[in-house]
Amino acid sequence: MPDIIHFHRVSHRYEGSGDVLSDVTFTLAKGEMAFLTGPSGAGKSTLLKLVALLERPSRGQIVVNGQNLAGVRRGQIPAFRQQIGVVFQNFNLLYDRSVFDNVALPLVIRGIGHDDIGRRVRAALDAVGLLGKEKVSPITLSGGEQQRVGIARAIVAKPQLLLADEPTGNLDPEMAREVMQLFQRFNEVGVSVLVATHAVGLIKKLPYRVIHLERGQLTTRQSPELMEKTVDFG
Amino acid sequence: MTSASARPGAELRPNFLTRYLQAHVREVVFTLGRFYRNLSGALLTCFVIGITLALPAGLHCLVRNVDALGYSWETTLQASLFLKDSTTPEQGRELARRIKGRPGVADTAYLSREQSLEEFKALSGLGEALDLLDSNPLPAVITVTPVKGIERTALDALVVALGQQPEVEVAKLDRRWLERLYGVLALVERLVLVIAGVLSLAVIVIVGNTIRLDIEAKRAEIEVMKLIGATDAFIRRPFLYTGLWYGLVGGGIAWLLVQGMVLALNGPASSLAGLYGSAFRLQGLPLDATAVMFGAGVLLGWLGAWWTVSRRLKEIEPR
Repeated sequence: MPDIIHFHRVSHRYEGSGDVLSDVTFTLAKGEMAFLTGPSGAGKSTLLKLVALLERPSRGQIVVNGQNLAGVRRGQIPAFRQQIGVVFQNFNLLYDRSVFDNVALPLVIRGIGHDDIGRRVRAALDAVGLLGKEKVSPITLSGGEQQRVGIARAIVAKPQLLLADEPTGNLDPEMAREVMQLFQRFNEVGVSVLVATHAVGLIKKLPYRVIHLERGQLTTRQSPELMEKTVDFG
Repeated sequence: MTSASARPGAELRPNFLTRYLQAHVREVVFTLGRFYRNLSGALLTCFVIGITLALPAGLHCLVRNVDALGYSWETTLQASLFLKDSTTPEQGRELARRIKGRPGVADTAYLSREQSLEEFKALSGLGEALDLLDSNPLPAVITVTPVKGIERTALDALVVALGQQPEVEVAKLDRRWLERLYGVLALVERLVLVIAGVLSLAVIVIVGNTIRLDIEAKRAEIEVMKLIGATDAFIRRPFLYTGLWYGLVGGGIAWLLVQGMVLALNGPASSLAGLYGSAFRLQGLPLDATAVMFGAGVLLGWLGAWWTVSRRLKEIEPR
């Protein structure tokens, strides 16, 4: 199976600091779902930023969906990011417009026709269980609902890859579980998913690969149920 | 769930032109809506732009009016040939006839010494006092009306040639003050251009600064847009339209200000003109100047927005 994300000996340091990531090599297969864990400052967010081209690696090679990121010029970044759906810890919704308009934004950016937008936004909101809320302002929603709006926005344009950075960080356990179930459902229909989280209790019973970062270095653990399906990392 | 699922390449996009129109129509509606919701603040900016545009436009309007006034006098311009006293009335009439045949001359009229005196008596109001004079001090005059639209140099040459006729004592074309007026007008018109240039920069800065504040307020929004793959053109578009509306409405306000000025000045100007026996009325801003003013407003608003957005957009990157 081809890879959706491929890191080869990637290191990254911010100006005036040591290596935040050092010599990281891993792959995420197409259609795979994995968790990225580790304590704060271990480099989880930096890794996701490298995938979404918010940062460029100091060393090493990254290939996302067959595209070597070193070859993506500044002007090509928008088109590249349109292949990826991103979910944030703080939701990053736009509070001056309705839930519908928030979810529609990726489609508007792509120039999708007006009728199509309505149909697809409602389908995405339906998928996250918020169909009745399209006209309200996101500020009136609970944290869990806001995150579901964020997820609807991330998947409305049918990305092949979904990245989530601490998506449950601001949610209570019940809401967090619902959000994780949503990611599982999207993965079941073929979306590759990479979720950075330190909610280890929440994911330890889930049958997905865990990529563990410790001070910028990779250690990999599998869920016990998946031990027989061990993936070999170069 | 079906529609939200991942089916790569299942994008149904309209063609480029439709997408382009759709995007622009959306921004027009969106930015006008925002303009309306923030009406008082937006109008304040537009008002500043309006005053800035109205200053050169108003000056230009005045120059055009004075220019029109000068031109109306120019068409009634006549040269006066004062004849030597030795010239008999017959010789004078003959000369007037000859001059009328010259190129560049539309008409001539001969006024004998007696007629000059009668006219002077009537016009000066000195009537009886002039009767006390022993002899008639006034010369005979031939007034020469040049053809309309004659070149200034041709007219000057004509007057010089007429002055060299043996019967002519002196030839006068009293247009020096008119030339001075035109000189002053040319200077003022140039000044208008300079002022317009400087104030254009002011409009760019005003719009740029307003848009800059707008961008700062939307920093988070711009970051989110960049995160989900919005192109710079997409993010720039609403700001450019906003700048364009500022300029357009500013142009409208400038137009109202200039027309208001003309309206306010028209009463006194008409009565002043009436004192000189003229039916002169101040004209509003001519159509071409109005078009230029609106065009400048739109262009400068757009430029100001472009200048700011393209500088700021590079600095705002999602972290």
